[in-house]
This record gives sequence, C-alpha cells and structure tokens, in this order.
Amino acid sequence: MPFDLQSPVRTIQAAADVPGPRPRRAPVGRAVAVALAVVLSAAALSTAGCRSGSGDAADAQAAGTGRAIQNKGSDTLVNLALAWAEAYRGVAPDVSIAVTGGGSGTGIAALVNGTVDIANASREMKDEEMAEARAKGMDPQEFVVAIDALAVVVHPSNPVDRLTVDQLADLFSGRATNWRDVGGRDAPVVLVSRETNSGTHVYFLEEVVRKGDADNPDIFAPQTLLMPSSVGITSEVQRNPNAIGYDGLGYVNPAHEKLVAVGRGGSAPYVVPSVASGADGSYPIARNLYMYTAHPPTGAIAAYLDWVRGPHGQRIVADLGFVPLPNGPDGAAP
Amino acid sequence: MTATPAESAVPPEPTAPPRAARSSRLLAERVIEAAIALAGVSTVVIVALIFLFLLRESTAAFLDVPLRQLMGTRWYPIEGLFGFLPLIAGSLVVTIGAVVIAVPLGLITAIYLGEIAPPSQREVLKPIIEVLAGIPSIVLGFVGWVALAPLVQQLGATTGLTALTGSLILAYMALPTIISISEDALYAVPKAYRDGALAIGATQWQTIWRVVLPAARSGIVIAVMLGIGRAIGETMAVMMVTGNAANIPALGPGLFLQPVRTMTATIAAEMGEVQRGSLHYSTLFAIGVVLFVITFGINYVAGRLIGASGGPRRRGQL
Repeated sequence: MPFDLQSPVRTIQAAADVPGPRPRRAPVGRAVAVALAVVLSAAALSTAGCRSGSGDAADAQAAGTGRAIQNKGSDTLVNLALAWAEAYRGVAPDVSIAVTGGGSGTGIAALVNGTVDIANASREMKDEEMAEARAKGMDPQEFVVAIDALAVVVHPSNPVDRLTVDQLADLFSGRATNWRDVGGRDAPVVLVSRETNSGTHVYFLEEVVRKGDADNPDIFAPQTLLMPSSVGITSEVQRNPNAIGYDGLGYVNPAHEKLVAVGRGGSAPYVVPSVASGADGSYPIARNLYMYTAHPPTGAIAAYLDWVRGPHGQRIVADLGFVPLPNGPDGAAP
Repeated sequence: MTATPAESAVPPEPTAPPRAARSSRLLAERVIEAAIALAGVSTVVIVALIFLFLLRESTAAFLDVPLRQLMGTRWYPIEGLFGFLPLIAGSLVVTIGAVVIAVPLGLITAIYLGEIAPPSQREVLKPIIEVLAGIPSIVLGFVGWVALAPLVQQLGATTGLTALTGSLILAYMALPTIISISEDALYAVPKAYRDGALAIGATQWQTIWRVVLPAARSGIVIAVMLGIGRAIGETMAVMMVTGNAANIPALGPGLFLQPVRTMTATIAAEMGEVQRGSLHYSTLFAIGVVLFVITFGINYVAGRLIGASGGPRRRGQL
C-alpha cells in the first residue's frame, strides 16, 4: 500500500526459488532503447546532461576528494532526482551525482548489471529482478524516497470534473467508450497512457483498471495511445478535447489541463490530487517512489540517501509537486 | 582494381622483367582479388549471421508461445498476450499509406527533373532533394508530432496521432530516395531512344510514357523498393506520431485515421526494459524475424518484377 512506511529501510526477502534468467553481455538493444527514451524524455534531460554530466564527475574524481554517484531509472523520478543532485552539491560539494532517466526497469537492470550505484523506480523490484541480483551476490536495499499522487487529467474544455475509480476502470478498459457514459458530452473517449514498460502504467493497471484486485483480468483497451514519455501524455491531453490521461502530479500543468477529482465510490468524497491529499491518504491513487542500492549503502551513498529522506530533501519533493514522506526525516516513522 | 586491368592490357613487353618481380606481382594480384571477393562475400555472410542471430534469440517465442496466440489480436506483453496481428497490420497500413503518397509524387518529380525541367533548374533542385534525405528521422518525427498531428486531427480523426500522420512523415522520408534513384534511371536511358521516338512523330508525353519510362523500368522499381524499405524499417519518427495503440485498425473509410502500433516501434519501445532471456524478450526478436521476412519478400518480388520485364540488367542501365 502507498503509505506503508513502517520502516523506511526495508530489507527485501527475495524469492529464492525463482530461477534467474541467464545474465548476458552486450545489451545493445537496451542501450539503444535507453538512448531513445532519453531523447524523448523532455528537455529536462538535456539540461540534466549539462548540470550533472560526466564533466563534473571527472572534476570531482580528478581532485581526489570525492566520487561520482551514478543514479539512473524512472522517468517519473528523473526531475526530482536531478533537483536533489543539484541541491546536494551545495551540501557536499565533493560528491557529484550523475542522473539519467530511461524507466524503472532500465534503472534496475543497470543496478543489477553493476553500472549504477542507485536505481530510481516508481515500482517495487520484481521477484525476477530480485532473484537475478541475488544470483550475482547482491543484497538489494529499498528506500522509499517520496510519494507520487497520480493525477487524472482531461482537456480544460471537458465538462467532466470528477470520476470514481469504477468509472476510470470502465473508461480505461474500454467498457465505456463515450464521454456520455460518465456524464460528459456525446464524444468518443481518447485514452492516453504511458508505455507498458513504465512503472506508472503498471501501477495504474493494478490500482485503477483492476481496482486493486489481483484476480481481475481486465487490461487497458487496445485503442489506448501508448506514449513513450510524460510529455507525450500532457501534449495530447492539452490539444485533444476528448482525451483522458494520467501522470505523476509533478508533471501536470493545471494551467493547460484539468485535474479530475477521484472518488473511491459510494458515498466517499471526490478528492482533487494535491500534495496535501496525497500525504493524508485521502486521494485514492497514490504510490511510493523508490531508490534501490545493490548492497546496504555506506559512505557517500548512505549520506546522500539520508539527506534525500531528511527534511531538506523532502522540501524539494514538495517544491516539485510530489508528496513528501509523512513524519519527515529518517527514523521518525510511526 | 585500377592497376590490374592496366597491367594485363599492356602488350608484351620488349624485355621480360626478372622472374622474381613477375611472380611477386602475380601474388599481389591474387591477394587483391581475394580481398575484393572477401568484401563481396562478407556482406552476404553478415546478413546470414544477423538472420541466424534473430532466429536463435527468438526460438523460445516460436516454441513456447502457441502459434494460435502469436496470430492473436491482442498485444499486451506484460500480461503474456503476444498477438502479432495488430503490429503487422499497423506496419502494413502505415507503409501502404506512405507508398501510395510517395510513389506517384516521387515519380512525377523525377520525370519533371529528368525529362522536362531545363538543366539550370535540374542542377539546383536535385542537390536540394538529396539534402532532404539527410534530415534525421527524429527531427521529422518531432515536426510530425508538433505540427502535422493537429492538422490530421482536423480531418475528423479522434486524435492527431494516426496511421496517416505516420504515412505522411514516412512518405516525406522516402521521397528523396525515390526521386533521386528514378531520376538517375531516367537519365541512363540512351538519348537515341528519345530521338527515335520524336523522329517518328511522338509527342514529348508519348515519348516519356511509352518509351523512356518502360526503358527505365528496372531502375524505377529499385527506387520504389528502396523507398518502401526505408518506410517499413523506420522507427523513431513513427513511434512519435502513430499513437502506438496496439489495435487492429477497422477497415473502412477511416482506415488511415486510426492510431496504430508498428512492429519497429514496438521493438524500440519495449526492448529497453524487457527482462533478458524472458519470453517477452524473445518475442521481440520474433517480431524482428517477421520484419526481416517481410522485407526479404518485398525485395524478392521486386527482383522478380525486374527479371520478368527487362531481362538481365545491361551495362549503362541502372
């Protein structure tokens, strides 16, 4: 569950009986796809290259005083991770952090392959990924670093301003194909989603399309437009009066797209996604965002993770439109 | 190569060179010939190796996924639904659209450049058209996404990200290839053909349609095939503008106004995060095999078309 934060540092029990896939070399296809994903992932990434690129890392290493932390993964987390990395240079100038996106799975794969120090993920590590890491002698550690409320957005001209989770499930699984079916005007519904390899997609499938029921076989309607990036979703929703999409609250621009209030159904209230409604648990579609390390962290990496989950790091979370962890800094969990 | 024919064409030399020098020259020739042969053969070997690699990586998909499921109508890999039909249909619709737009336009432009335009225009236009071929596909995709998609939406589509948007971008990408190579083919038609046709009283149009075009046919077919090859294999631009919905487009007047997901876009979008060695992974390679077979089929048909019409290729003809 999104707010299950009883211990911020959880050691994960790997399913030891799951056979790991054969590790292979030369991940050319992956490298190409990552490059493509990076190209598509907004202008934010190109500024990332300038701000925390290898130049900084090389400088830090050449000075002999610090080291570069490689940080890669979820596109949902990339802007936040960049802001953290930048602010952290003011805290520990000798530590430089190189941030890249590509998706949760890409980051975790890189962690397992030993090419990054910290993987960002908008979902938990899968059992197979955990088994593969353990087969390589790793002991992956999970850290919840922020909470993300998934906002459902429509075109500003759309009269629909509130939907229940059931109605969202009907829309995205293709049972309701006209806006009339959910109290809107007579027009076809255009569904917009992230690609199936996105952690956001998987979360929305499980918690909304299937309403949290693991036995529910519903999947996204085949007509769903699958966008390779968050920018793809916002741009389509902003220019298509009949589109409905979802994305992390931090990526939504309320000036150009309308936030839909979401209700759990019955007499439950409809709640507009916000930092407050995400933090107090009243907004139904919110999830944890994670950072993973291959081993229990030490030194600079441990210090960085503590700082990220501390008051300074969590203030940046709120500034970027994500939801900070309840109870503030490390160790203060209930 | 240049030295070899010159050497052998020289008439018997007045004084025979020393034996040692001659045999070392022969050896050098052999080495050069072998190197050239190796270069030619290596292309074939590399293609064969690529195909074998694709087959090896995709065996699991062909063995473990029932054929009926591969022929299914739903592509949703994270739930184990591996139906290829929507992806094949998507690639075909986008490519056919691109061909329907690009081939007539490209041929007409080539005929204008090669047969009608005065040389001064031709010298300016042809290099410009060839520069178009160098525009990176991601740039065209971006233009399509930002500028073209809203226009397509105004045609009555529910979204601007449709097969037609992809076809238009692909047509634009294939045009320089089609124009440039067909124009070369027209240019290679001997002047005597035109002179003869005009001398027996044919108009310029009759000469172009009845004499020049048929004579250049094999070169034009090659141009069209290279254009189609560019279109069906293109990935990035298509991924950005077709909406990527794995939906089999409904036949009818709105065929091209529906979002589709192509085979290439599927591989590109999903290969980055797939678990290596998983069924999904080998299914993506199986898509590669299907794509390979389709392109190979197109090339084979093109080869047969050329063979049936003009007989073996002659020198001086494209």
